[in-house]
Amino acid sequence: MSKDFLAGCRDQYDVVIIGSGLAGLTAANTLAKAGHSVLLLEHHYQLGGMATWFKRQNGHIFDISLHGFPIGMIKSCRRYWTDEIAESIVQLRNIRFDNPMFSLTTTFNRDDFTRLLIEKFQVPGERVTAFFDAARGMNFYDDQQMSTGQLFEKFFPGREDVIRLLMEPITYANGSTLEDPAISYGIVFSNFMSKGVFTFEGGTDRLVTLMKAEMLKNGVDLRIRSEVQKIHTERGKVTGVTVNGRRIGARAVISNANLKSTIFNLVGAEAFDKTFVEQAQTVRLNNSSTQVYIALKPGEIIDESCGDLLFCSTAPVFRTDLLLNRDITSRTYSFYYPRTRPGSDRCLVVSSTNANYSDWANLSEPEYEASKQDLIETTIAALEKYVPDVRIKIDHVEASTPKTFEHYTRHLYGASFGTKFEGLGVSRALPEQIKGLYHAGSVGIIMSGWLGAVNYGVIVANDVDSLLLKSSGSAPAVEAVAS
Amino acid sequence: MTTAEIREEIIDILENIAPDEDLGGLKDDVSFREQLSLDSMDFLDIVMELRKRWRVQVPEEDYQNLRSMTSTVTYLEPKMRDLKRA
Ligand SMILES: Cc1cc2nc3c(=O)[nH]c(=O)nc-3n(C[C@H](O)[C@H](O)[C@H](O)COP(=O)(O)OP(=O)(O)OC[C@H]3O[C@@H](n4cnc5c(N)ncnc54)[C@H](O)[C@@H]3O)c2cc1C
Repeated sequence: MSKDFLAGCRDQYDVVIIGSGLAGLTAANTLAKAGHSVLLLEHHYQLGGMATWFKRQNGHIFDISLHGFPIGMIKSCRRYWTDEIAESIVQLRNIRFDNPMFSLTTTFNRDDFTRLLIEKFQVPGERVTAFFDAARGMNFYDDQQMSTGQLFEKFFPGREDVIRLLMEPITYANGSTLEDPAISYGIVFSNFMSKGVFTFEGGTDRLVTLMKAEMLKNGVDLRIRSEVQKIHTERGKVTGVTVNGRRIGARAVISNANLKSTIFNLVGAEAFDKTFVEQAQTVRLNNSSTQVYIALKPGEIIDESCGDLLFCSTAPVFRTDLLLNRDITSRTYSFYYPRTRPGSDRCLVVSSTNANYSDWANLSEPEYEASKQDLIETTIAALEKYVPDVRIKIDHVEASTPKTFEHYTRHLYGASFGTKFEGLGVSRALPEQIKGLYHAGSVGIIMSGWLGAVNYGVIVANDVDSLLLKSSGSAPAVEAVAS
Repeated sequence: MTTAEIREEIIDILENIAPDEDLGGLKDDVSFREQLSLDSMDFLDIVMELRKRWRVQVPEEDYQNLRSMTSTVTYLEPKMRDLKRA
């Protein structure tokens, strides 16, 4: 008989959370700390969602999405997780660009970008200041008509090199394009520019282990290998879920699954207003990714002058759609030195590219394997420009594709960064459609990435906490006065 | 709670949210944002703390009332006047 991953589960919780991405984990922890009973259900055997890792022979550990996040993560981790987690966040100082237009190394913050733009790109200082101020001043309630491309055109007309410097990293960070609203660029760019790029010392496995311990301490009921098949609603109200064939009741359900699968697969279109369904249908998914994971033999070292992050491209011009092309010309390398996991002697490289699901989905098994092999070969060949002897130092190499991401996270079309901008409005409107039903997870570019996901988890936890208080009916403030 | 007590309560919450800020010279009529480096998550934290401590609900459409100390206290006064501090 197969193991019952729900053994000991109660029949009813205040909140059921579907999915253990950073948004799901943070919502679970916040609500448990607020005193609610919380059940967290994850279909995979590991917590973390895209914030994940895998182990291979000889003790290699690969991180999937630990390439860098903004400094805001320190504050969010301190506030919503623990001091220990917050204090493990360290800066990555060497961010490199290498393409036919320019090669440079930067700390990727406002001061250094200002210096580069003035000295290397010959942009007038006032123009640079005005651009940074405009990007930083953007907020959610602003005009959403201006596109990122128009923003650049306003400040740096005709300067494709400047646009490449400012845009390429953000396109990698969240899949945004020049056609997306300027605010979705401005907010994410400014977050990074405030202090640079940060990482988690000890790796994703350590982060998720620490988060798990904190959730258990706060009383979250955590279940892996538990796939939710259905979210149940009755007369406009959420009543619970079916997971691994078992029905569990809840006063509120937060789905950390993809927004569109939540609406169309887990709940079902029939439970919503017609206009809402139409709106949800028009929400575009973000692109997917491919990655190549390269581990060097134990003790083999890559020189730190390679940098921490390297945005490299052989494309003569920068076009966001070219970044998705199966004929890869642009890659982002993350170089992981032994300091990533203090005490380790390993150097690893992860090469990432943005990718279209459709380029991988319809291949026959042999074609798929051949395409993967080609991806590995071309990546190693491209890497040789920066690490000339890398081929003889490699101990293990493998690749992932949009199909891999789809398989592990259940995201439609393996979407790496959730949905495009319009997804945020639909995500926020869910509880107006069905009382007690919420979505927290990568949407709208802003609420994406590690920091966006953590913060969106808190925002939704706040909504749920408020709902549970309202519907609990207990006398207000009595407890507060007594405590 | 008196308005003075509500103000003290807000100061206490702000001290937790922004431990590095000096709140001694806070001007009540000037917006928090102009004096402290608070972002939208910080304002959300104020809302969550009020609910946790006093079960006071501040719906999203009312967040604008939390602009300055004066507007915050004015907004909260009817919600908190019947509460008693321990
Ligand atoms: C290749 C790549 C590189 C990235 N690099 C970075 C980076 O360097 N920095 C950064 O900040 N961000 C990066 N990101 C983005 C970042 O990882 C994500 O935005 C973030 O982790 C998403 O968190 P989330 O909470 O939205 O959900 P996800 O991580 O997408 O998790 C959703 C979870 O829900 C589970 N689930 C889905 N359906 C069900 C179901 N029916 N039942 C049970 N469980 C279910 C899934 O298994 C998954 O665990 C990267 C992403 C990718 C793909």
